[in-house]
Amino acid sequence: MDNHTGFDFRGNIRDALGNSQLRKNLKFAMTALAEKRRAIFTDKARFEEMRTTVNAIRKRSLSKLPELLDRLEKKCTENGIIVHWAETTAEANDTVLSIVKQHGATAVVKGKSMVSEEMHLNRFLLGNQVEPIETDLGEFIIQLADETPSHIIVPAIHKNRGEVGKLFSEKIPGTPYTDVPEELTEIARAELRRKYYETPVGISGVNMAVAETGTLCLVENEGNGRMCTTAPDVHIAIMGLEKVVENLTDVPPILRLLTGSATGQLITTYFNMITSPRKAGEKDGPKEVHLVILDNGRSDILADPELRQTLLCIRCGTCLNHCPVYVRIGGHAYHYTYPGPIGEILTPQMEGLETAGTLTTASSLCNACSEVCPAMIPIPDLIRRLRNESYDTGGSVKGHGYKANPLEKVIWKGWELVNRHPGLNALSTKMAGVFGPVLPKAGPLKAWTRVRNRPTFAKKSLHELVKEEGVSDE
Amino acid sequence: MNNNARERIFARLRTAVAKGDFNIPDAPPLTWPSANAAERVASLKQKLEAMKAEVYVTPSGEWVEKLRAVLKGRNLNRMLFAPDTAVGQALKSGWGDANGGLPELFTFDGTVEAYREELFFKVDAAVTTAKAGIADTGALVLWPDEKEPRLSSLVPPVHIAVLSAADIYSTFTEAVEQGKWADGMPTNALLISGPSKTADIELVLVFGVHGPSDLIVMITE
Ligand code: SF4
Repeated sequence: MDNHTGFDFRGNIRDALGNSQLRKNLKFAMTALAEKRRAIFTDKARFEEMRTTVNAIRKRSLSKLPELLDRLEKKCTENGIIVHWAETTAEANDTVLSIVKQHGATAVVKGKSMVSEEMHLNRFLLGNQVEPIETDLGEFIIQLADETPSHIIVPAIHKNRGEVGKLFSEKIPGTPYTDVPEELTEIARAELRRKYYETPVGISGVNMAVAETGTLCLVENEGNGRMCTTAPDVHIAIMGLEKVVENLTDVPPILRLLTGSATGQLITTYFNMITSPRKAGEKDGPKEVHLVILDNGRSDILADPELRQTLLCIRCGTCLNHCPVYVRIGGHAYHYTYPGPIGEILTPQMEGLETAGTLTTASSLCNACSEVCPAMIPIPDLIRRLRNESYDTGGSVKGHGYKANPLEKVIWKGWELVNRHPGLNALSTKMAGVFGPVLPKAGPLKAWTRVRNRPTFAKKSLHELVKEEGVSDE
Repeated sequence: MNNNARERIFARLRTAVAKGDFNIPDAPPLTWPSANAAERVASLKQKLEAMKAEVYVTPSGEWVEKLRAVLKGRNLNRMLFAPDTAVGQALKSGWGDANGGLPELFTFDGTVEAYREELFFKVDAAVTTAKAGIADTGALVLWPDEKEPRLSSLVPPVHIAVLSAADIYSTFTEAVEQGKWADGMPTNALLISGPSKTADIELVLVFGVHGPSDLIVMITE
């Protein structure tokens, strides 16, 4: 069924489910994150009030997106920030590379940025003789392991301390094995201090950009984001175009729900608001700040009144922590940059259903994600919509109708017919009772019963039973 | 190439928003319980301490003396300060001799290009002003400028921030609105709520990563 798709989702899931260490690591961490979140949003009514506010702010921003982006660009330019536009990830990568080359840099220090992961920027830079140095501890770990993030917020959460210790002792010369988190953190700190000191270009993501003042906001705990945006001569910030908000007063409610949802914190250690490069008379800070604004399919997503809700996302990661599927398989199984519920709705729209539509099958539609989502995205509704689009030859999402199958169409037509005619219906339920138990386990039934029990059909249909009881069912 | 990219992106965005149907819910501005001055100080102190900051509330004429007592015996070598700020001047006039295990006051001339190495490897502490405090989440607002460089609150392992109790707001929203931030943002504004930290390995909280490992806050009343 899934042989249209570009990767073996089933195989990935099977491998993940069979990896007991991974499952243990994930279960522990996701439970802890969910509990931290619960502890910070104790007042349910207040939480609902706050997320209605955030939903309204994000929707208002999207409803004025061209106007706000235009204002953001004007403000940034006035403030001395150089703005670049990229339609595709390839264009964004080229833009970043050309800035790096202009400054003759052979290395860049990087703060955590999911958009840079979406661009596969590290691979691209390496291919062009530029060394990307990840500085967030989690990103530092997975870069050493030559892996990609498995979670939006805690990218190395699939590894336990022993695995990290082993990795450090193997990959960082002169490092003895330790599994003490404090010592591991100190090792990373010492490794990176000199890098901040000597690397001329820093790259960061953007959590929110404020149109009113041309301010780029970054949320973090470690100080590495501040290092990457303050110590080097040049700072390149990369953002998806949906990250803009209208006013500074839109920032506090989003920040509150972002940190509360992501890690159960009232606020992160640092909230970094950057409005310009170093001004005349100032002693430090980058002399050049660039902002790369990436589309990569987002403007197409905005066109659909239902699916555009995908763009309300503030990348808090809490839908991952609460998803019964993600918690069992982890981020890597999803193959693409954004895993879990948000990935299931975002990736197929970016990559096309024919390529990534299979991601929408990784949901039981239990609704946990939409109950916790601070932006109030109805994720299960959007999953259902994308599933429908997969069969709909008249749909509007890229790759729609890739699963459309003439035989299935005929079968559903038949089903419709049977259910519209009481006589046929009665006959069919009778037949199901008689032939159901002896149907051969082949084709779809075989696949379905591989992990499920075959349903037992009743001898008599509900219609017949109630009739016998003398109840009128008309 | 880039210009065309911009035009094409904007053309798509304009078509998309023209379709309308954004269903923006009614959301009256969030109201927050407002706190009196004493409550604001208490809340800020409690929340900062919960994040492993050290907080001392002192009469405004006595914070330098208090800081001397706090830093005694910590074996700090050099302490960066900003000589042209009010906080810097008070510090300079009250610091006296660097004896008894107290750090020597220190400042750099010129721009970071000239003092980068010393800053990264030879300074133990820095004192900065905090422009404001935010009581409900427990954060300091820093607003670096020509007098006070950005890296001071980031690179040295110990960061000392001096905050006037009169500048503590109940909420971030209040700070933004009453402080009229929209009228002019600085190069870099910061909210800081504790020493730097991480939980990237098994969610174990470890303090002191790339930023300071100690945050000392002097609230003056
Ligand atoms: S979809 Fe909602 S819960 Fe998931 S990352 Fe985005 S904002 Fe967070």
